[in-house]
Amino acid sequence: MKETVVKEPVDTGLKSAQPKDGGTGVVLPQLGILGMFRWAWRQLTSMRTALFLLLLLAVAAVPGSLFPQRPSAPSEVTQYLKDNPVSGPIMDWFKLFDVYSSPWFAAIYLLLFISLIGCVLPRAKIHAKAMRSAPPRTPKRLSRLAEYGTVTIPAGSGIDAETAVRDAAGILKSRRYRVDIRDLDTDRPSVGAEIGFMKEVGNLLFHTALIGVLAAVAFSGLFGYSGQRVLVEGETFVNTLASYDTFTPGANFTGNHLTPYSVQLDRLVVKYDRSTQAHYGQPLDFTATMTTKDGPGAEAKTQTLKVNDPVGIGGTNVYLVGNGYAPVVTVKDGEGKVAFQGPVITIPTDGAYTSLMVIKVPDAKPKQLGFVGFFLPTALIDKKGVAFGSDPDPFNPQLNLNAFTGDLGLDSGVPRNVYTLDTSKMTEINSRKLEAGGIVLAPEQSYKLPGNNGSISFDGIKRFAALDIRHDPGQVYVLVFALLALAGLMGSLFLNRRRVWVRTGNHPDGRTMVEFGLLARGEDHRLAGEYAAINKALHTKWLVPMDTAGQNGEQGQSTTIDSDQSVAAASKDH
Amino acid sequence: MPEINEDFAQLSEQLMLVAGLAYAVAFCAYAWDLVTFSQAVKRGLAGHSADEAAGVHSESRVAEFAGIGSRLAAEQGLGSGPLDRAVRPSSKTHDGSDGITAGDSMRYGAERRVVARVAVALTVVAAVVQGFAVVFRGLAAGRVPWGNMYEFCTTGSFVVAVVFLLVLTRRDLRFLGTFVIGLVLVMVVAASVSFWTPVGHLVPALQSYWLIIHVSIAVMSSALFTLTFAMSVLQLFQARREASIASGKKDKALVMRLVPNALSLENLSYRINGIAFVGWTLTLMFGAIWAEKAWGRFWGWDTKEVWTFVIWVVYAGYLHARATKGWTGTRAAWLSIVGYLCVVFNFTIVNMYFSGLHSYAGVGS
Repeated sequence: MKETVVKEPVDTGLKSAQPKDGGTGVVLPQLGILGMFRWAWRQLTSMRTALFLLLLLAVAAVPGSLFPQRPSAPSEVTQYLKDNPVSGPIMDWFKLFDVYSSPWFAAIYLLLFISLIGCVLPRAKIHAKAMRSAPPRTPKRLSRLAEYGTVTIPAGSGIDAETAVRDAAGILKSRRYRVDIRDLDTDRPSVGAEIGFMKEVGNLLFHTALIGVLAAVAFSGLFGYSGQRVLVEGETFVNTLASYDTFTPGANFTGNHLTPYSVQLDRLVVKYDRSTQAHYGQPLDFTATMTTKDGPGAEAKTQTLKVNDPVGIGGTNVYLVGNGYAPVVTVKDGEGKVAFQGPVITIPTDGAYTSLMVIKVPDAKPKQLGFVGFFLPTALIDKKGVAFGSDPDPFNPQLNLNAFTGDLGLDSGVPRNVYTLDTSKMTEINSRKLEAGGIVLAPEQSYKLPGNNGSISFDGIKRFAALDIRHDPGQVYVLVFALLALAGLMGSLFLNRRRVWVRTGNHPDGRTMVEFGLLARGEDHRLAGEYAAINKALHTKWLVPMDTAGQNGEQGQSTTIDSDQSVAAASKDH
Repeated sequence: MPEINEDFAQLSEQLMLVAGLAYAVAFCAYAWDLVTFSQAVKRGLAGHSADEAAGVHSESRVAEFAGIGSRLAAEQGLGSGPLDRAVRPSSKTHDGSDGITAGDSMRYGAERRVVARVAVALTVVAAVVQGFAVVFRGLAAGRVPWGNMYEFCTTGSFVVAVVFLLVLTRRDLRFLGTFVIGLVLVMVVAASVSFWTPVGHLVPALQSYWLIIHVSIAVMSSALFTLTFAMSVLQLFQARREASIASGKKDKALVMRLVPNALSLENLSYRINGIAFVGWTLTLMFGAIWAEKAWGRFWGWDTKEVWTFVIWVVYAGYLHARATKGWTGTRAAWLSIVGYLCVVFNFTIVNMYFSGLHSYAGVGS
């Protein structure tokens, strides 16, 4: 889309950098620091460099799709580093797990945008000048132009060369050309016309708006924040820093940006496909009913949250991004006291919601207790006698747990993942491998742990919703700039910049000879159509019958030469 | 949510099978047309050299056989334009009368290519049947028929065929038939064999009106990219052939006489790519808006997003290349081809083997 306007100085820049004599010794050009800078700038802003950077950007984006990325899948990155102890750290050093925030990726797009600015600015200057100046002077030989035609106004029509030029200017003006009548005082008056300034404006707008998109993305990264919270049915989330499970602030975020609204998850209803055999048990709908308050003293409202339909509250959007089961469990310790009671969030691992479950009971005495296992909404027993989940709905809910006693390792101060149990300092007391067997519980059943370690009971089932809470003040600007870019792109691709000149002359025999030519700037496949339209308009204006042979069509070029000659003859006669 | 209509689903699959068969026959017809043409040219050339041996000057006979829509040899000078005029970039200057390449107006000529007509008729039949198949798939599910890879691929190939037929009403691009209908056939077969998914409801993540907007524009842009891909491949062949003929070598690929010269292929594919690029920009933007609605962020470098971005950048590079010295012609054609390969990669490999938020294509589940 960028034309040769900025390309030309590059060539001279290159030439000046090359030794002028072809001798053996390499003669360094006398550029100086300023010259070197100008040369580098011209290189950077050249079309070729821009194209190279653009293609490089495409290539550079690819590794981010091949390797796990920290921002979207941190645990996969950890796993990859564990699996590839040699190549992993090297790849990590090259930022292959943080491609889109890596210095090399940033270098490419920043250079590209600098190149873009260096291209857009001079072009904007040139175009602003072009928009203010009259169409270029009429070429001597219009017949050399891409499209060329003639009209002969018969003698006695009362239209002389001057009237004809004014008529032509009127026609072009009504076709929204910018017109300039010149040489009225000579015997060959003409009109120059130009249209399609918006093509270049669109081009410049597109490129400028892309800078805007980049700036808006950076801005939204500064002031926005996002956080996650898993909410079990009945629980309430208050929008304060401490209530988030994870929180990612923008660089300029301060805690007082948070509006202290509250969201209580009343119910999460999940519907599964029961009507087709092929997709039996596939989720069809997740609907969370929530009671929200805009602030501590505000009135409570009931709102519905669905996938693809976030709830806006307190300047943030709340999204439903996940769900699962939270079985309610009570654990009594060896001393018979309730050491743990409440819903346990489980991690669904498949379509049947076979859910991974970990319970840590640090308050259990005399020894701490830990449980690992699965929650199965609909448990079936396979041939080997192992329970497996067969349906996501809780038709036959079951807990399958292994129990451990000992030290949970929570007191050492090392951060621990809530969803994994470190059993290095613990003893297994219940599992399928042991004589005591694994713990298998249906709702409202309880189990007494071996060795006077207490008991565990399965009290009921609740669902949980995983919520994403986001505040992004910059994204509306991203959208605005993206729409501007789109408008600019369409203008630059679909509009055409054209110039038309019409020249007239009085033939001694009384006829008025008119010739006109069209020129496109850049590619213009509709120029021939524009020629036909102008040709027709001129003929209609002067009531000259359309002479098919005189058209600049596919067959008629030999006749145009004739009329060309007749205009030439007319000018000789004067 | 409306009930799944299993009868319609079955009907759709049967129709798709019929459409596939019709495409296969149409593909053979296009290929046969190329062979017929190639042999006619060969006969013409053989007759020409025989006449020449007998001392008969028969330029016009060659033109008769070799050119399509060819004019008399007397008019041959038209291609270069009158003496004092530069070559007109916008005018249709090359009318194909030299017999080496087809006219760059790509208009229909006077001569009848019966086999090609049969091929087009078969394509129409196949497209109509496939249209019904797609509609019944949609009716069976009670929603737009592009909710998984099978549906995207069958609907996409239908759009490719329709776009091709629409272009055929204005331009004689029948030489593209083997390529385009070949690709359509590949898509239908791939959909039915590898991507087949029984008809079903949409998962909650896809239940959005953005599915209708975002995906339909993606399908249409991909269809246009398919056309330009075929044209760019032909452009590369034609450019090589033109160079070899210009250097005085014998014309080996006679069938390429059906195809316009490399420059006009390049110009037309540039125009189509321009439209498709705007479509892809919309795909990307609407995708971002939907992503904001569904996942809470408009851009997160998900694998699908990465590849959509890569495709966008490659085609942006293509559009820029056309305005860069030394990058027009063959290099631009390569960029167009690379862009399309990225589209295919994005649809197949990324959907099936890369994990990401878009991996609900319905394959393997």
